[in-house]
Amino acid sequence: MEAIAVTVPPRSIANDLRAVRIVWRRDMIRFWHDKPRIIASALQPMLYLFIFGTGMGAGMRPTGGIDLRVFLYPGVMAMATLFTCFFSAGSLVWDREFGFMREMLVAPVRRSAIVVGKAFGGATTGMFQGITVLAVGGLVGVPYSPVVILILLGELAILSFAITSIGVLVAVKIKSFQAFMALVQIIIMPMFFLSGALFPLHGLPTWLHVMTLLDPLTYAVDPMRRVVLHHVGTDTTGWGVTWSSWAVPTAVELGIVLVTGILALVLAARAFGKTE
Amino acid sequence: MTEASAPAVYVRGLRKRYGEIEAVKGIDLDVAPGEVFGFLGPNGAGKSTTIKILCTLARPDAGEAKVAGYDVATQRDDVRRHIGLVFQDTTVDDYLTGEMNLRFHAELYGIPRAQVAPRMQQVMEMVGLWDRRASLVQTYSGGMKRRLEIARGLLHSPRVLFLDEPTVGLDPQTRASIWKYITELRARERITIFMTTHYMDEAEFCDRIAIIDGGTLVAQDTPAALKAKVGKDRVAITTADDTAALARLRERFAVEPALREGHIMFAVANGEQFVPRLFAELGVPIRSVSVARPSLDDVFLAHTGATIRDKEAAAEDPMARIKRAMRR
Repeated sequence: MEAIAVTVPPRSIANDLRAVRIVWRRDMIRFWHDKPRIIASALQPMLYLFIFGTGMGAGMRPTGGIDLRVFLYPGVMAMATLFTCFFSAGSLVWDREFGFMREMLVAPVRRSAIVVGKAFGGATTGMFQGITVLAVGGLVGVPYSPVVILILLGELAILSFAITSIGVLVAVKIKSFQAFMALVQIIIMPMFFLSGALFPLHGLPTWLHVMTLLDPLTYAVDPMRRVVLHHVGTDTTGWGVTWSSWAVPTAVELGIVLVTGILALVLAARAFGKTE
Repeated sequence: MTEASAPAVYVRGLRKRYGEIEAVKGIDLDVAPGEVFGFLGPNGAGKSTTIKILCTLARPDAGEAKVAGYDVATQRDDVRRHIGLVFQDTTVDDYLTGEMNLRFHAELYGIPRAQVAPRMQQVMEMVGLWDRRASLVQTYSGGMKRRLEIARGLLHSPRVLFLDEPTVGLDPQTRASIWKYITELRARERITIFMTTHYMDEAEFCDRIAIIDGGTLVAQDTPAALKAKVGKDRVAITTADDTAALARLRERFAVEPALREGHIMFAVANGEQFVPRLFAELGVPIRSVSVARPSLDDVFLAHTGATIRDKEAAAEDPMARIKRAMRR
């Protein structure tokens, strides 16, 4: 049998895009086949919403008379995305440990294409995670509305992309999965606690207030909460993130999240390009 | 120099240093298109570093290296388009099917869409995995995974295929089957094969071999020529009185005998002609004689002063061994 000789064309944008797509698709296939991971990741936010939210809410109403579960709902959505996206980015470390990374490193594609594919893969997984939380909105007193769902999806997309990019930046630099997990714990928990996911950010001591403003997640939780609370008819005046006395508008907040993500991704691509 | 006549691999004065350790100390290599070239050496000799440089995974500190006519330092993407790689450690994704692993590769290399399916079928049939294409790779045996890697390395019709220890850790039967594929491959595809191995019997299959030791190239030629240069046959005898025989061999025949596992061993030129003289003049009853042509083991011994196994035993890092075993 005569060999079919194929030709590998010189590198081009079109081929880099093919590379982005296949790196993304591989992550999707792997996620879809990993049913225990899907179930576990769908369950965790439910624990926060129904057990933590119900239990804490029974004892106190610190949030202006609204149900604590409604208050927590956007925070839990952000938290779920945060965890999922970081772990998705960790697959890069996993690939390095199990050798698959080499397959990607010796291919005639721009290394940034691989990083971008990974970021989109993680972002999609994060979106899926957010959607599982969206799906139970009705059970915690957030009625379904197409407009609200669409806005939240858009915000989730930006958040997922940004978080995965930060995760990829960490993953590119770290050589072992254990080290990655340890580092992620150190990054995730402060991000989560400072973001306002669990408590309102007004009336805090100055040092804590300043720290919450340095957390990029803050700027995702706030607009998501604004949408939800507005939807259930709560007056949100005086709630949002402020810089000295300026109430930061939603567009600026989301811009901060997006720019943080892009910046992290650029740095990650650069660091990855230097990998030997 | 036109592309077609360019050497498949061309290396001059290549050097690479990792901190204090100079892994490669200025080597020259020439591999002609269509050759099966064996690169031999114990672990830590500079083999892997050289391969990494040739595959664009590491940058040389000094010297020049071209693969398929392209410079590995300045034309990395062109080199990558024209080489295939099969690493010592598996680099396939266990959680994907065999077919999906190849599809990933095809997309990453930008193989024209119309060519992907027929070429994929061809390489998978060649390594006997077409029927198992839809199975997850985690259900494959070690040998099947290695075959999948070979198929993947060939998918984009590379001009040079690098095989880093393609048969290490496989049982003899699987090793033989891998060699069958490599031999077929040579016949069917216009391809140059650059492989490392530390199985000396496998190096015999190569058109030419190079031996690297301590970062320097100590020999480079065809297996036959290298063996001829060693020049001496190996003679092993058993006698009724080894002590007397050893002394007598030293005095009368001027050879350096050694006693190993009950056999007296020594090397002489033209072993067959030596044997009658031995019987006539040794003066100690001889129970058995065997004469062997020099093997590549002897070549290795002659150039490095130790067998490859001795070198390995001295150099092997136990952690590296454990890590390798875990990945499999």
